[in-house]
Amino acid sequence: MTYLSVRDLTVRLKDGPALLRSVSLDVAAGEVRGLVGESGAGKSMIGKAILGILPRAVEVVSGQIVLDGVDLLTLPPAERRVRVGATCALIPQDPLTALNPSRRIGPQMTDRLVDILGWSRANAAARVQDLLAEVQIVDPARVLRQYPHELSGGMRQRILIASAFAAEPRLIVADEPTTALDVTVQKQILKLIAGMQARHGTALLFVTHDLGVVSKVCQSLSVLYAGKVVEDAAVRAFFAGPKHPYSAALLAATPKYTDPDAGLQPVPADVIAAVRAEVGHG
Amino acid sequence: MVEGRAEVKRKAGLRLWLSAGWLGALVLVALLAPLLAPNDPLAQDLFAGRLPPFWVSGADAAYPLGTDSLGRCVLSRIIFGSRLALTVALTAGVITCIIGAGLGLLAGFWRGWVDVVVSRFIDIWMAFPPVLFSILLIAVIGPGVFSIILAIVVIDWTRFARVVRAEAMAQGAMDYVASARVAGRGRMGIMLREVLPNVLPIVLVLLTLEMGIAVIVEAILSFVNLSISTDDPTWGGMISEGRSSIHQAWWVLVFPLVTLFLTVLSFSQLGEGLKDRFDPVLR
Repeated sequence: MTYLSVRDLTVRLKDGPALLRSVSLDVAAGEVRGLVGESGAGKSMIGKAILGILPRAVEVVSGQIVLDGVDLLTLPPAERRVRVGATCALIPQDPLTALNPSRRIGPQMTDRLVDILGWSRANAAARVQDLLAEVQIVDPARVLRQYPHELSGGMRQRILIASAFAAEPRLIVADEPTTALDVTVQKQILKLIAGMQARHGTALLFVTHDLGVVSKVCQSLSVLYAGKVVEDAAVRAFFAGPKHPYSAALLAATPKYTDPDAGLQPVPADVIAAVRAEVGHG
Repeated sequence: MVEGRAEVKRKAGLRLWLSAGWLGALVLVALLAPLLAPNDPLAQDLFAGRLPPFWVSGADAAYPLGTDSLGRCVLSRIIFGSRLALTVALTAGVITCIIGAGLGLLAGFWRGWVDVVVSRFIDIWMAFPPVLFSILLIAVIGPGVFSIILAIVVIDWTRFARVVRAEAMAQGAMDYVASARVAGRGRMGIMLREVLPNVLPIVLVLLTLEMGIAVIVEAILSFVNLSISTDDPTWGGMISEGRSSIHQAWWVLVFPLVTLFLTVLSFSQLGEGLKDRFDPVLR
């Protein structure tokens, strides 16, 4: 069953160029969809559009974002905020700026449950403690009393993951959640996200530029170039043989452990020219 | 790491205690002025004019820091002058802070037309020469404590607004604000619960600096005789009077000047010290 359905979404800078060109993608309930592309392809922009946190200078021109049968773009802002807040969550990219530095972890996590979703303080505190245990944080009670700067990047990302799952959302947008972490921590965090996702049955839109990550955690993926989806495929089919020449070149550009001397394989110029012509990007 | 933190904390502590000590003493002195002052600050004794401070020969023990050319006790006048200085520093500082920081926070976090309006006002405001502006203002509304405070607030709110706006903009771009938006918190809620606590350390530093500046502005206005009635003791007024007799009686100028200097310095150091103490990263 499709939980999120983005249809022909076009987003542009106010009075400027288009950032997303008629993007369509579906995420089924409980599905993990990867969103890959180069820097500036518009990966994060899709996530922001869905969650309603586009920068001021950016506007939605046309399209639909249908969440659980309701087009978010037709809702009044306040109603949209409530709906998104109750059903969606964000795992942000940079754990260092994603926690409020002047507030303790505990209140920071429980406040949203209490103020916005109307939980009782005791319930929220118990829930948050359970979640921290679930993301394998040792001594959650102590961490809840600490400030973000007292914790390592990996710890903070675990806390953000726990926060994202706190209100049992149906959809989580993970915006390059491992990019700011070092490789060993990355692997643990990926495993953690995949495990949490499987246990809670949450749909996940996983924004990344790392096809290796996609192959590990996603079931389907959309490849973006210059704000347009050039390929939409199941992960197994994609890695067996990408259909679009640009995604094939992108896959070929991924360095391989098995052949460390091969050097880097850039996406060939003629492929770029072809994909540019196709998406209408000058 | 742990020792590094302790080091920072100890330095902050010394600075904090010295400045807070001086200011605390000053507040006590201002409150207890009638009990502490050895003489009536307004009483003139033309036969006891220009008496030197106690350690210079020819001093009178009744006037520990000497007298001015009208025979008024310098120490008593400094003590009573602290009342005006502190009143102005506290009220003008706090009011300026609330208005300036409030506008800066709104402009920086809300952006859009609020930001356009506030920013243009800041630009225009800062193009006025501040001292002339305050003198003009007081010339229009007449001298008095209220006028001094008003002049400081009207001139200096931009100091807060500019800095707080920039800080609020930086904080507004952080991911924790995005997370709060996704969670469904309203803009006002985010501004007050999430952003405000993060701009407070900077506001605190600015507030104490502003209190120091208020003391200086009050002294400047007294110096040009636009403060309160000329009889009442003010540090700026004393400095102004001392200037004319600097070669005969340096103490009339130097003691209020030193007091003024220490007070302004203490305010700024208090701000730095408090920032170190309240900054969660250094705590």
